[in-house]
Amino acid sequence: MADTKEMKQVLFGPIMDNNPIALQVLGICSALAITTKLETALVMSLALTTVVAFSNLFISLIRNQIPSSVRIIIQMTIIASLVIVVDQILRAYTYEVSKQLSVFVGLIITNCIVMGRAEAYAMKSPPLLSFLDGIGNGLGYSFILIVIGTIKELFGFGTILGFEILPVVQNGGWYQGNGLLILPFSSFFLIGGMVWFIRTIRPEQVEPKE
Amino acid sequence: MSAKKDSFGKTVGVVVAVCLVCSIVVSGAAVGLREIQQENKKLDKQTNILTAAGLYESGMNSDQVASVYDEKIERRFVDLETGEFTEKPGGEGAEYDMYKAAKQSEMSKTVEDSNVGFQRRANVASVWLVKDESDTVTRVILPVHGSGLWALMYGFLAVDADGKTIKELIYYEQAETPGLGGEVQNPNWQKLWDGKKLYDNGEVAIDVTKGADPSDPYEVDALSGATLTSNGVENTIRYWAGEQGFGPFLKNQAWRS
Repeated sequence: MADTKEMKQVLFGPIMDNNPIALQVLGICSALAITTKLETALVMSLALTTVVAFSNLFISLIRNQIPSSVRIIIQMTIIASLVIVVDQILRAYTYEVSKQLSVFVGLIITNCIVMGRAEAYAMKSPPLLSFLDGIGNGLGYSFILIVIGTIKELFGFGTILGFEILPVVQNGGWYQGNGLLILPFSSFFLIGGMVWFIRTIRPEQVEPKE
Repeated sequence: MSAKKDSFGKTVGVVVAVCLVCSIVVSGAAVGLREIQQENKKLDKQTNILTAAGLYESGMNSDQVASVYDEKIERRFVDLETGEFTEKPGGEGAEYDMYKAAKQSEMSKTVEDSNVGFQRRANVASVWLVKDESDTVTRVILPVHGSGLWALMYGFLAVDADGKTIKELIYYEQAETPGLGGEVQNPNWQKLWDGKKLYDNGEVAIDVTKGADPSDPYEVDALSGATLTSNGVENTIRYWAGEQGFGPFLKNQAWRS
């Protein structure tokens, strides 16, 4: 049985030391697309964390039974089923948000974080640790999404979670929303900035010069 | 990896078992949650209709929406060719969706001479009549749709009982760029439509243009940075208020009889 220290490492490591977006560079596509508003970023983070955690758990539970020739297909089947269930639940209980997320919930299936963790960790580790690893990586993903979602919504729309912080010109205020930040590709700059920031305080993450 | 674990029989067995379990979970979720999802869809539509009717107040819960809707709104069906009310297609019990009907050739016709952005429209359209206490129709809500920059935009156009004056234009489904074309859903922009006139000498005269004169009854200010979305809105209104759309219905004002 794993000790508490290892569990802590697995759970909190992915936030700064081994961030799935900033260091492993996985799951960028969805991070670009759904961070325009903080609310969608939050729901997406929650959905992805749930999916990674449970796909890791289930795959780890049957890891000794999975024949290696079809392991990727089996992982995909489990992940896809979980994503559909999450999508159905979102549509039933948070209809407004699910309308905005539209195709991106379905695209969790192709999110590299989920597949990456299943293949790299859950196939070799016991269920509890795999589950925690899923949550940890979900938190790492959420951390980046929430920071970027906050920046984009605050400076793009002048709001946070729909509440007006900077009164925008369209509604008679003084703040001219930054049109660049509203567009999906501005996340590229922001994610780049986050990578820079994390590597400045954790210099060991910088790749050696070739 | 032992040879036994990877034997052909075992591989097939594991695959079948995983698929079986997953399919049960997925279908269970889909069937179990269907009712709540449909309830949500219905409520969302009713909320949008009430907004177009000018009856929605923020903070109304689902029961209030449903009761106001039942009391004040009546759904009718219009034959777009004649502009007269008609029976519900497929009988009373059946569901009717004009956007689904538009895909069936026997229930729809081809769109001609228009850049509204879709190829076919249904022969029979749903309309919603807004009534006051004395059962007089105060507004008519027409479903409209047309292409924006990225995709079709769906909305409701609320017209005054005179059949000429716009009261509201509410978009409820669109995929325009957030902050630019997405501003079609901004309440401040929606307000600009109130009181605009649809027709000038029988022709649809709505003009969505940059730097519009607010006092001009036909001009609406275009969204800044979203020329194609604004053009899409103009084309949508011109089509649906025109001869091929609700033009005949708005002209003979069937709701008065």
